[in-house]
Amino acid sequence: MKRHLISAADLTRDDAVLILDTAEEMARVADRPIKKLPTLRGRTVCNLFFEDSTRTRISFEAAEKRLSADVINFAAKGSSVSKGESLKDTAQTLEAMGVDAVVIRHSASGAPYRLATSGWIDAPVINAGDGTHQHPTQALLDAFTMRRRLIGPDAGLGQDLGGKRITLVGDVLHSRVARSNVDLLHTLGAEVTLVAPPTLVPVGVETWPCEVSYDLDSVLPKSDAVMMLRVQRERMNAAFFPTEREYSRRYGLDGHRMARMPEHALVMHPGPMVRGMEITAEVADSERCTVVEQVTNGVSVRMAVLYLLLGGNEPAVTHPRTEEK
Amino acid sequence: MSKILIRGARVLGGEPQDVVIVDETITAVGTDLTVSSAEGAQVIEAGGQVLLPGLVDLHTHLREPGREDSETVLTGTQAAASGGYTAVFAMANTFPVADTAGVVEQVYRLGREHGYCDVQPIGAVTVGLEGKKLAELGAMHESAAGVTVFSDDGKCVHDAVIMRRALEYVKAFGGVVAQHAQEPRLTEGAQMNEGIVSAELGLGGWPAVAEESIIARDVLLAEHVGSRVHICHLSTAGSVEIVRWAKSRGIDVTAEVTPHHLLLTDEMVRTYNPVYKVNPPLRTERDVMALREALADGTIDIVATDHAPHPHEDKDCEWAAAAMGMVGLETALSVVQRTMVETGLLDWAGVADRMSVKPAQIGGAAGHGRPISAGEPANLTLLDSAYRGEVDPAGFASRSRNTPYEGRELPGRVTHTFLRGRATVVDGKLA
Repeated sequence: MKRHLISAADLTRDDAVLILDTAEEMARVADRPIKKLPTLRGRTVCNLFFEDSTRTRISFEAAEKRLSADVINFAAKGSSVSKGESLKDTAQTLEAMGVDAVVIRHSASGAPYRLATSGWIDAPVINAGDGTHQHPTQALLDAFTMRRRLIGPDAGLGQDLGGKRITLVGDVLHSRVARSNVDLLHTLGAEVTLVAPPTLVPVGVETWPCEVSYDLDSVLPKSDAVMMLRVQRERMNAAFFPTEREYSRRYGLDGHRMARMPEHALVMHPGPMVRGMEITAEVADSERCTVVEQVTNGVSVRMAVLYLLLGGNEPAVTHPRTEEK
Repeated sequence: MSKILIRGARVLGGEPQDVVIVDETITAVGTDLTVSSAEGAQVIEAGGQVLLPGLVDLHTHLREPGREDSETVLTGTQAAASGGYTAVFAMANTFPVADTAGVVEQVYRLGREHGYCDVQPIGAVTVGLEGKKLAELGAMHESAAGVTVFSDDGKCVHDAVIMRRALEYVKAFGGVVAQHAQEPRLTEGAQMNEGIVSAELGLGGWPAVAEESIIARDVLLAEHVGSRVHICHLSTAGSVEIVRWAKSRGIDVTAEVTPHHLLLTDEMVRTYNPVYKVNPPLRTERDVMALREALADGTIDIVATDHAPHPHEDKDCEWAAAAMGMVGLETALSVVQRTMVETGLLDWAGVADRMSVKPAQIGGAAGHGRPISAGEPANLTLLDSAYRGEVDPAGFASRSRNTPYEGRELPGRVTHTFLRGRATVVDGKLA
């Protein structure tokens, strides 16, 4: 595995399976009465958030704390960044304080890549979402959720998602989640289909390792999982679609549409959901919707990533030695 | 009286000849001029180097007044001389904007005082580059600066009526409008060429059609009102086709291409290194090849640098926050040698035409872009075309270092530049 996690495209199939398997071990820790591991004791991780994101930030923070790392939260709002300090100066300040890893969220695509490659900082960099580029831990937690539900927590170990048919629906153009998922799911052997109005698919998508469809109803019956992407209402004002209602009618997932999906198929959403826009309450609250589970899995996956990038060679989890005796 | 003998220079890449300069003028070109014509002369052994007319850049940002932290008229003209230029046209997007006679006269005067390179100011088309109200174009033309080229470069004159009026108005004094072709609505939030790479990188797209639609409109406007129009930094294969069509129809249009659009593609943006951020953006391999062919066949008339200096901090940041632009004066000839001469698309006479003769004609730079023959002003550039070396920005005369070629091996090195007989560069160093 590379030193940094910037893009889901950087992961090989074996890297990705290793992360998912490690996350599975981490998930088991979460079932213990004491959820904490000593793995990163004495290491300092900085959550450097230039863009608001309560969910992702607390997910990383929970992961870091469960691994016993010391956590510094740096939010751009109210900090020196809002006074015009550059990414470079912020990075060098953190470096001078001796952080061992940086988790970065930034509104500018490529900012984590710049941070990792510019020589401003030496620590490993984990991308927690950059602009409309990548959000690799989101893709990993999505893949983890799919593997658990479609194959099984135990049966899935060592497995990829070969042959699974995954559909992503919504604002692909502005979505780092879509880009990360296309890359990772392809690496894991899944067949990916993007569904969106043509205005919300990027020019240049033809080289992506996936299919593109404008017709949700025709794709649903052939999907093992359907991931609904958030659609911001503001897009309407930039003429990406005529009205919220028309978007919902053509690309929203309601109970009627959900019934077209195979029985076993999942409904996923990276959150936060816009109920009534891309997903109805009926679907969001249904049994097959994994939104809450994805949040839980996010912590396990982020623990796995932090452990693999920072933890070195020791086993992540010490198992009770009963079998060996 | 100063007398210089350049011995054994390949004039426009031809057979070695000797050239004698007396004061500001070329007095003789021929073989074995040593005895009769050059007695008492300072002798420069050219040793088969290529002698070109001094280069003329129709598109330079000198940044003064206002952004002297990135470039001044002095450092910019020193960079120009180092790159083999004897005349540069200074773009109007300074602070304050060069939209009055006062500002253009200031820039013109600074160029004269420093003496490294003739500076011909370009006047803004509209007040404050805002695209709303015509600047006093006539006053700038009648000023000491004698402005004939007008441009809102950096911004597009997007209002069709304003563009039409500007095209018409400057006919009264033989002026030309140089259009920065960029449809503003199609490029809101644009960060790079829209295509395969932008889709992957998640950077806002700058579609080719935003350039091409404006060029199409403007050549039709020029035809309708019988004016001439010049297209700045043409960057796409589609733009080439439109200009080719316009010329075949007899429309009076000229166009320029930058060195970087002849060499680099949007693949470079994968590094997220803002040194590759420029406007118009780096395009695709297909565009690069079309631009080279168009420059070779004359569809694109000239090479212009769009030399755009920026201070280090404006590039040492994340992509979206970075300024657009690259310095180019000191590497232009090398890039043209690599992309046009070494590929067999142009010979040195062709380079002289595209980088000196034609830009001087378009901009009306008297005394520049002239033949290398007796009686002509001694504006000359001597190029060691056999030289190979890595680009080292530390050696630039420009105040800024934002070159995309750092560490890249490029051919050719300007050893001497003469501005009206006075050496501004000697042995590759500023005189």
